[in-house]
Amino acid sequence: MAQQRPKPAAVRDLGAYLEAHDRMSLLRFITCGSVDDGKSTLIGRLLYESRVIFDDQLAALDEDTRRFGTRGSELDLALLVDGLAAEREQGITIDVAYRYFATDKRKFIVADTPGHEQYTRNMVTGASNADLAVILVDARKGVLTQTRRHSYLARLLGIPQVVLAVNKMDLVGYERAVFEAIVADYRAFGAQIGLTEIMPIPLSAVHGDNVTRHAASMPWFTGPTLMEHLESVAVDARLTEQPFRLPVQWVNRPHADFRGYSGQIVSGLIRPGDRVRVLPAGREARVGRIVTADGDLGAASAGQSVTLTLDSEVDVGRGDVIAAAGAAPQVASQFEATIVWLNDEPMLQGRAYLLKSGARTVSATVTPLKHKINVNTLEHTAAERLELNDIGVCELELDQPIVFEPYAENRALGGFILIDRISNGTVGAGLIHFALRRSQNVHWQALDVDKQLRARQKGQRACVLWLTGLSGAGKSTIANRIEKQLAAQGRHTYLLDGDNVRHGLNKDLGFAAQDRVENIRRVAEVSRLMVDAGLIVLVSFISPFRAERRMARALFGPGEFFEVFVDTPLAVAEGRDAKGLYRKARRGELKNFTGIDSPYETPEHPEIRIDTTKLSAEQAADFVVAHLKAAGVTGPA
Amino acid sequence: MSQAESFTHLDRLEAESIHIFREVIAECDKPVMLYSIGKDSAVMLHLALKAFYPARPPFPLLHVDTTWKFRAMYEFRDALVKRLGLDLIVHVNQEGLKRGINPFTHGSRLHTDVMKTQALRQALDAHGFDAAFGGARRDEEKSRAKERIFSFRSAQHRWDPRQQRPELWSLYNARHRPGESIRVFPLSNWTELDVWQYIWREKIAVVPLYLAALRPVVERDGALIMVDDERLPLKPGEQPMLRKVRFRTLGCYPLTGAIESDADTIEAVITEMLSSRNSERQGRVIDHDAAGSMETKKLEGYF
Ligand SMILES: Nc1nc2c(ncn2[C@@H]2O[C@H](COP(=O)(O)OP(=O)(O)O)[C@@H](O)[C@H]2O)c(=O)[nH]1
Repeated sequence: MAQQRPKPAAVRDLGAYLEAHDRMSLLRFITCGSVDDGKSTLIGRLLYESRVIFDDQLAALDEDTRRFGTRGSELDLALLVDGLAAEREQGITIDVAYRYFATDKRKFIVADTPGHEQYTRNMVTGASNADLAVILVDARKGVLTQTRRHSYLARLLGIPQVVLAVNKMDLVGYERAVFEAIVADYRAFGAQIGLTEIMPIPLSAVHGDNVTRHAASMPWFTGPTLMEHLESVAVDARLTEQPFRLPVQWVNRPHADFRGYSGQIVSGLIRPGDRVRVLPAGREARVGRIVTADGDLGAASAGQSVTLTLDSEVDVGRGDVIAAAGAAPQVASQFEATIVWLNDEPMLQGRAYLLKSGARTVSATVTPLKHKINVNTLEHTAAERLELNDIGVCELELDQPIVFEPYAENRALGGFILIDRISNGTVGAGLIHFALRRSQNVHWQALDVDKQLRARQKGQRACVLWLTGLSGAGKSTIANRIEKQLAAQGRHTYLLDGDNVRHGLNKDLGFAAQDRVENIRRVAEVSRLMVDAGLIVLVSFISPFRAERRMARALFGPGEFFEVFVDTPLAVAEGRDAKGLYRKARRGELKNFTGIDSPYETPEHPEIRIDTTKLSAEQAADFVVAHLKAAGVTGPA
Repeated sequence: MSQAESFTHLDRLEAESIHIFREVIAECDKPVMLYSIGKDSAVMLHLALKAFYPARPPFPLLHVDTTWKFRAMYEFRDALVKRLGLDLIVHVNQEGLKRGINPFTHGSRLHTDVMKTQALRQALDAHGFDAAFGGARRDEEKSRAKERIFSFRSAQHRWDPRQQRPELWSLYNARHRPGESIRVFPLSNWTELDVWQYIWREKIAVVPLYLAALRPVVERDGALIMVDDERLPLKPGEQPMLRKVRFRTLGCYPLTGAIESDADTIEAVITEMLSSRNSERQGRVIDHDAAGSMETKKLEGYF
């Protein structure tokens, strides 16, 4: 087979050749199909025919074919792209792989995303940068649920065009009617989801029919081969025509005389002298120079990494966006967005995540999740959490405003990732729809009488003591004694107790993970108001999750939040079992009971730790009160 | 729109790599660039100089030296550091050196493990680097095709394919806990041809071994091994002979095979590559061990 491959063309004028090569456009595409539709075979074929595969790799392929091949003695091209040893043993591919090839007309990057449980996550990743999607269908099976899902995701991620590759035509006798029925079926579905630019091509990947050469077996097909289409389809160049935007990555300050703002232009064109606005602050200036290591530029446009100087002293930092003054993007802190969940641990309403958009990272909370989308049926269903590979529409509230554009208009300023604050993993991907009105209207009221004044009047510093620990650890008993001692000193306090709050404010909440998160969020917000009122607030809540305790902590200023870990081993707490709850939980009558079938995440750095196996409740209270005095919360009584 | 039209394929790759460099500097505490003296390192260094201009790259270079590199590589490295005034850290696994680990008595696997993999870990730990730029490309080898641009390593430097983060758009998440580190590959999307073409366009200096010249070699297990110094033990009947050869990749000289070639200019090298039927990895003895061996090495913490 190696002999039949096109011979490399003799290169006569290298300079001209390389220059032509360098001027080629790049098409990034993604291939999607169900297992065994022939995706690996197809990509292997594209690589093989475009001569990316070298002879030593072919020799290795020969050997692989003997070991793993599925096609008898024929070279199994699928093995060219099956990467990791672990997956080869299982016979599956588990991630996104990128392949590179070029023809005389264009360069290509293929994101190869296999279809398995991890499918949505992989496909969304691969699709985020793709210009086109090749959707594979097995001619014998036609349009399947999977096909619809892939197409929906391609559309969601803003891929404008798809190729409907109907593969294995050899197994249906190269029948035109089969092909046309599938195409009609697919077009009908495409219209439903707004996919209109569809190029259907009948293929046989194993034989190479209509991949790179027109197939004699299907004379009825007059359209382009897959390769011809990939080589000629228009690559979106609109970015340059959109208004100028540059997210500032880094402030370049080698010495006192130079201050530049480095970043990659995500849209538009800029020239020295152009008026720009720096967002979110909104100050305006003119561009001084466009600095690069190869000399200053007279203009720069979308895609280029440059360093700009401005003609006046405005404050610019990482995460700001420099934009055309006359057509600046919006700034907001509340959005509606679609979120694709990428992590094994579900997304919970009310939990705070980090959100990275452009070069800015802020804190974001999901407040409410409006609905989940069933990618197979496109139905909307109510939901309180998103599991791995779920897609949902929700509202997001950020702790500071960001500069954005709707994803449909600008991928770079409309796409974001969500990061877990504890594992640091990338757990979600989001697409911004629009800003919520209320975020532009609600302003925080600045008041004349403030927290400090209210607390001073009471002769104390306002703070919250957050007691966390297992059920039956002794939190309420200890909190009660602390409050008594403080009251005796003449301090102004309030105790928020988990059980009591659940009778009133939180009586609508159960014990599932998302309810626990909301429970803590409300209590944290109430304590914040009370601290603002100048009180010393005691919170006695199991609060089992680190993320929520961290969220609570983030609401308070430095020195205002004391995490008190009431440390009682599970066996001891269960042994006491004052309320008989552990016994019930063990019998399975109580679901989601902390320590039994719901985790307790031990505090890593509590301000105060109380070992109840060593201290009595009274001693523990003494210890905490002494700590408050040392920390300057309570001055001389 | 003349600007947009003149924005070429190499410009696009360059801009993307620069973006990656700047993200790391903004989000990590103590980055370092792994400098291996080869062509990919040369391109990577060139890009770093551009990314921070007019400032200097705000990180040092680290060369993990196995002590078995070609002499021409050491000369090139030292001259470059001097010319550009670079901050270079050279690290040798002293323990391995004391034990006399070498590719002949101990085999390529153990030699690489001790003098490269373990040495790299030692150096990263000793300096507390939390991000290390490397010149690997996705097109180099099958198992690399899935490598992220930001690749995470545990505090034990292990690479767990399942713990890698999805990379969407150009949003990179560089957050990590103390002790964990990131390998960052700014050349991920470059191909071998791109690298050479860029070297040619930007006139980047590379080690002369990449160009053909008469060199003393012996033929061993089908590979042409250069007799770079007297440490190479000759087997019975082996007689160094002068051949016109060059190298497609550079590593430890006893483990790197040369190819016969007349290409003694960059242009000629590119022309030869355009008509070549063998991949650059062909000359690397280390990869021949077993299919998937790169992956095994990566799990252990080799780059
Ligand atoms: N008859 C026929 N078989 C094919 C064709 N394309 C792929 N196959 C076979 O279908 C099986 C699955 O192909 P593969 O490329 O591994 O599928 P993937 O799971 O989508 O990557 C293999 O046995 C292929 O040889 C085709 O066009 N015709």
